[in-house]
Amino acid sequence: MTAAAMDINAAALRRDERREKLALFSLCAPASLLVLVIIVAPVGWLFWLSLFNDAGVMSLDNYTRMFESKSYTRIFITTFQVSFLTTALCVLLGYPLAYFLAQLPRRWAALGMLAVLLPFWTSLLVRTYAWLVVLQRKGLVNQWGMELGLWEAPLRLAHNLNGTLIGMAHIMLPFLVLPLYGAMKAIDFDYMKAAANLGANPVSAFRHVFLPLSLPGLFAGIIIVFVLCLGFFVTPAVLGGGKVIMVSMKIETLVDLFFNFGTASALGVVLLGLTLLVLFAAHKLLQLDRVLGGGHGGNP
Amino acid sequence: MQRIDALPIHIRAVTKTYGAVYALDGVDLEVRSGEFLTLLGPSGSGKTTLLMVLAGFTRPDAGSLKFGDAEVIRMPPHRREVGMVFQNYALFPHLDVAANIGFPLKLRGIDKNDIHARVESALATVQLQGFGDRRIHQLSGGQKQRVALARAIIFEPRILLMDEPLSALDKKLREHMQIELRRLHEQLGMTTVYVTHDQREALTMSDRIAVINHGRLIQLDDPRAIYDHPADPFVANFIGESVLLPVEIIDGKPCYRGRPLQVAAGHARDDKTTPGALLMLRPERLVFMDDARADAAAYNRFDGVVGHAVYQGENFVTYITLDDGHEVAVRSVSRKQSLAAAPPPGSTVTLGLHRDETALIPGHTAAAGNNNNDAETNRGHKP
Repeated sequence: MTAAAMDINAAALRRDERREKLALFSLCAPASLLVLVIIVAPVGWLFWLSLFNDAGVMSLDNYTRMFESKSYTRIFITTFQVSFLTTALCVLLGYPLAYFLAQLPRRWAALGMLAVLLPFWTSLLVRTYAWLVVLQRKGLVNQWGMELGLWEAPLRLAHNLNGTLIGMAHIMLPFLVLPLYGAMKAIDFDYMKAAANLGANPVSAFRHVFLPLSLPGLFAGIIIVFVLCLGFFVTPAVLGGGKVIMVSMKIETLVDLFFNFGTASALGVVLLGLTLLVLFAAHKLLQLDRVLGGGHGGNP
Repeated sequence: MQRIDALPIHIRAVTKTYGAVYALDGVDLEVRSGEFLTLLGPSGSGKTTLLMVLAGFTRPDAGSLKFGDAEVIRMPPHRREVGMVFQNYALFPHLDVAANIGFPLKLRGIDKNDIHARVESALATVQLQGFGDRRIHQLSGGQKQRVALARAIIFEPRILLMDEPLSALDKKLREHMQIELRRLHEQLGMTTVYVTHDQREALTMSDRIAVINHGRLIQLDDPRAIYDHPADPFVANFIGESVLLPVEIIDGKPCYRGRPLQVAAGHARDDKTTPGALLMLRPERLVFMDDARADAAAYNRFDGVVGHAVYQGENFVTYITLDDGHEVAVRSVSRKQSLAAAPPPGSTVTLGLHRDETALIPGHTAAAGNNNNDAETNRGHKP
């Protein structure tokens, strides 16, 4: 082959590579467009709205009010408190559950997973009202508890923080269990055998080997649950009985009752900002890329 | 690291069933103190199950297992104090090299400075000085292998178990590590039980080889005895290449196709007590007969027709179809003269097997046909 022919080949190969890259990019174009239309554009619009005060004049009034008014601060504190407590409850319930499922033989694990996922596929509203039926003053729990003589007066389980936490923990549990179960399943059982062989009793093998290897999955679950909780609306609205007011509920009142889009938007923007801050902090602290990318929980 | 005071292992009638399948079928085995013993067998033979019983990861149905004088059959793995190198190394990915190696010492509550010193010494033993702060995923296969080994020996176990530790390495590195493991064993001297399905590895490394098949111990001997005097057709086929020819016993003398075979006194094991025997032909023991050979009379002769030949670099293998239809391989060293003297395909040749190298294997003549089929298939896998 002549040198000229070689050059033509090289140019053609470069062209082929470019075309291939373009083709690959075009595959994700619809998704990118969708993200632009349903996320970027509305958020931008929201931000734009938040810059206008009640009189329709461009100002930062909506933001300054938030920092001056105690009620707004309290709402944000409540939101973070509820999210934190729900996440903690999910960890307490979810870790042993995921561990148990990860130990089961495949078929039983699938069945257990179904039990975790079945409520996940049921309507959020239905589940929330179901909890109301179970937890309210004359609900199942109180009826049975009193009939069995476990307690005298009905416990206050609904229309307050208790109900909110119970309901939210139930709704959020699968979001914690799924990534955690995945991480646990990826832990080669030979690690546990090696730990035992090297002299670790079951408890220290768990503490020194299994637990650290499952942490990336646990952190992934914690972050997902916590962030979802920050913007949660239906369950706290129904089970909180108006006593637990989270940011999302305040936004709803502002829009629905007072038609105050400016303040509502500002609340939304601040919540979004705080959520991003949480994610950023998690990223810095826990190296989120490793958490979300599956991390080192799997095989070396 | 210091020399380790080794312990013998006594395995008695250990049985393990999975449903109706016997993974281990009454295995009796004595591992001598300080020896390097290899459990060799095909996959599914039970060799790994036996190792797992030694480590305590598999609970047998019955039997007795003693380390020295102590019965350990019911002892949980974390109290057995045996080192183990896993097939996939099982190095903890969340710990660096030093923390992996120091792990057993940390569990034993040893002082931090002590751990550091001993980890350094263990790293030196496996020739990985300065690797302590590496992450596991930064290591090559051979380095992981060494770290796994260092971790298994740092707490000075008196027994070391290895489960096909070299199977993930490429051929060159594997052969290098075989020598190194052997050197380390000579240096430290702990009783070592090594599992492999690679017969060459077993021959290279072991003091003794225990051939396992169908959950049973078939033969326990040193490598040369295993290779030269296999106890049965399975061992003959599994270790090295061989073709087994049926032998009739006529007037108490072994004969092949009516011709008496010359057998060296020491080599004719059991041929008088067993009803039948098989003659083992190994490719490297066969020569092309040449009447100019001074000791031609000392050879048993087999006539056949030359088939195809395969050049393998250091060797070349010629396939010969004997008069009775058996195909045997002859392996010759690739020297210029021998290549030039190789008989052309289609020509008639006479093969010779020296009487000192003529080995009879106990086996029924009636079954010889079957065994021979096995031999054929076996050879077919590894020309």
